Amino acid sequence: MGAPLAILNVVMGGEFTVRAFESELAEIRFGCGLSPVIAPATSVETMLAGITAPDTMAARFEIEPFDSFRARMVESDRLRRIQRDKRGKPEAKVARKDRNLLKKAARIDMVRWLGLSMLRRTYTETGFFERLVYFWGDHFSATGKAGLIRRATSPYIEDGIRPFVGGRYADLLISAVTHPVMLQYLDQDRSMGPDSARALKRGKAAGLNENLAREVMELHTLGVDGPYTQDDVRELAELFTGLSFQPKQGRKFRKDYVEPGAETVMGKTYADAYSMKPVRAVLEDLAVHPATARHLSWKLAVHFVSDTPDPALIDHVSARYLETDGDLMQVYAALLEHPAAWTQERANIKRPVDFVGSSMRALAVDPAAVIQLDERETRNLLLTPMVLMGQTWQKFSGPDGWPEEDEAWLSPQGLSGRVRWAMSGPQVLRPDLPDPREFVETALGSRASDEVTFAATAAESKSEAIGLVLMSPAFQRC
Amino acid sequence: MTDLSRRFFLTRSAVLGCSLAASPLLTPVTFAAAPWDTRLIVIILRGAMDGLDAVQPYGDPHYKGLRSSLAGGPLNGALDLDGFFSLHPALGPLLPMWQAGELGFAHAVSTPYRDKRSHFDGQDVLEAGTDTLQGGVRDGWLNRMLQEVPGVAADTAYAIGLGEMPVLKGKAAVANWAPDSSLALSPQAERLLAMISESDPAMHAALAEAALLSAADAPMMAGDMARDMQAVRKGNEHQKIAEFAAKRLRQDARVASFSLNGWDTHRAQQRGITAALGDLAETLVHLKQELTGPVWNKTAVVAMTEFGRTARENGTKGTDHGTGGLVVMAGGAIRGGKIYGDWPGLESSDLYEGRDLMPTRDVRAYAAWIMQAVTGLDISTLERVVFPGLDMGSNPGIVL
Repeated sequence: MGAPLAILNVVMGGEFTVRAFESELAEIRFGCGLSPVIAPATSVETMLAGITAPDTMAARFEIEPFDSFRARMVESDRLRRIQRDKRGKPEAKVARKDRNLLKKAARIDMVRWLGLSMLRRTYTETGFFERLVYFWGDHFSATGKAGLIRRATSPYIEDGIRPFVGGRYADLLISAVTHPVMLQYLDQDRSMGPDSARALKRGKAAGLNENLAREVMELHTLGVDGPYTQDDVRELAELFTGLSFQPKQGRKFRKDYVEPGAETVMGKTYADAYSMKPVRAVLEDLAVHPATARHLSWKLAVHFVSDTPDPALIDHVSARYLETDGDLMQVYAALLEHPAAWTQERANIKRPVDFVGSSMRALAVDPAAVIQLDERETRNLLLTPMVLMGQTWQKFSGPDGWPEEDEAWLSPQGLSGRVRWAMSGPQVLRPDLPDPREFVETALGSRASDEVTFAATAAESKSEAIGLVLMSPAFQRC
Repeated sequence: MTDLSRRFFLTRSAVLGCSLAASPLLTPVTFAAAPWDTRLIVIILRGAMDGLDAVQPYGDPHYKGLRSSLAGGPLNGALDLDGFFSLHPALGPLLPMWQAGELGFAHAVSTPYRDKRSHFDGQDVLEAGTDTLQGGVRDGWLNRMLQEVPGVAADTAYAIGLGEMPVLKGKAAVANWAPDSSLALSPQAERLLAMISESDPAMHAALAEAALLSAADAPMMAGDMARDMQAVRKGNEHQKIAEFAAKRLRQDARVASFSLNGWDTHRAQQRGITAALGDLAETLVHLKQELTGPVWNKTAVVAMTEFGRTARENGTKGTDHGTGGLVVMAGGAIRGGKIYGDWPGLESSDLYEGRDLMPTRDVRAYAAWIMQAVTGLDISTLERVVFPGLDMGSNPGIVL
């Protein structure tokens, strides 16, 4: 009973005087859940320090960064050329076979990386960091559209998002928006200025694509209510021309795609440079815009605290964002030091990815049990159940990522998916299921209710008892 | 959910504990009888369908100049409909329906949403059925329709699929379900689940509904995770949804709504839209097949999207977010074989902001007239409550 409860009194710029850190809540709301083997965070300071500490989970459960994943795409391109050039010859046949093997390996790895992501949640000592990686990965939702790159979402997050989570928002924004996976997802890599050298050579079918430009303003920075117009979208699309990539070198700026002439975005004019310079400049400006500060502060508060967060919390985080030009560590500190972030009422429901991850953490699943699963077993055990819960791993319906509203996750069909997994998944992941009476304490800490404790003993089988604990509101809500 | 399902859940749970076989609630749940006869299916096409590619105005003198890789018309393999419009080849399986007068379209339609061209806002406006998002309307127009007609029960309307259907959200009781979603619980576990979730009304209600709908679904006993999940992966999602919808609509359900995705074709549209239109065609063919006999004759399907796409093809063989779009209508109850709406023309000066098909009628007017015919709701209720602020205009006479 009773997790360590620390109430600290700190004067915060005269605005308010109380902040209420509580280590159990820190793990449940801001981390990956309670664990029987990993000690909870002891203060806001340790939570923040975890973001910039050495990334032990990345080292222990390795996910290939995109920069290495590219080699697979290069090889696939080489094989495709052989298929084309040696059509009808035995070499082409071999190349086709090898290319299919490459595709299969990438497909298998994509599923394997799901297991590893869950193991990171199971064993991390810096749960807030893993949650932030997910949060920003979702904020910058992107997936390749055709070929091998369709499997590269985890690699994209690994080197495009994860290393930038504790830095300036501008750097995270630039990294994500110019990442090959994003460029392909939002069609930037083929967009060229109507009067660019390349378009003039190719004729009338060549031109702009405004997909990325629109989503950068609508989703990544200002927010849909932000002060931008269709003209700003168009100008930004023209400014973005040249952003592209090649498997061999990664990001590649194509001067011949650039629309000549200066562009004016949100009242500021950016001169041509035929380089990344104006792209960086406009993203730096968008990153520190007051509408961006507000949009991101709101989004963080909604994600971590409640669908309807205390406006004072958003004001506080947003003010810090503006004061520090989007220094994310300061932004997180502002979030965590505000009392409204520590309300006892647990408003949010866990998303399926958080539910499955925190279940595995509560069960202290042996890493070997996950690592040894083959592709089909991982699909049966993790991926397909999450589909039924409403969250298909890395296959969101749009660039706005997964819904934040609890309503979206509280559907009968989605909860049915949770129940089915809760009742039969754990025993596959951990054949020696823990004693349900102990598990109530491990999984729920001081939040174990009499009803759940009773259910854990009244269930007909151990697996049902464990499933009931996992389905309890105290576990589902954060 | 409603008090109704909560009560069902508690009653059923209590009964389950003692006598399984004796419970009348274990048979497909006894809801009220259907309030009317015509079936209404609303499909939301998420991602903004290019109406100009689905139903191509090849007879418009300016059409050809706007589209190059997306050149349509009968000379490019499309199916002529009326000498002016042609059907994208991927909708070919629907041609017999067109010929039988069971398939129609309304062109150049839109919601009142303009200019920012955000999918997410666009869909919110489409499903709220309002003029803007400012009014704070939280429910969907299909639900508000249900609130206005008598005799609606918990299984009158189904929102189907794993994603949300805001168009059906609201105060009126609606069943939310997806194929492959059956709970597989022992009676004891179900009873305990009801007990432990009681402190959380929202969760409790959703679980109650899950239990209820599972009972009405094909029974599935607690099983082997691996086998169950492999079964889930078999088959096409949209076909399973069509099958599920048809099954319920053959019984007491009268309204079903679900989504079809994949319309956001910024690049290489030919490939993307062929797949998406193929899904739509399969869905409609499947619905007709499954809604056997007289039921199909009493069915109206309406498929709508948040907005159309740019009239001009973009630089990447695709189209960007636009304004005027297309409604697809099908079913034996539809007066098809016809393209409704005033054609605005594709000359540069006729386009909205010089880039998009000009909307000439509010998409809500079509939905409103269809609902009027299906449920008999009066026009003023439709214009004030279901679609606040809408002027329905003259009756296009879509429903037979």
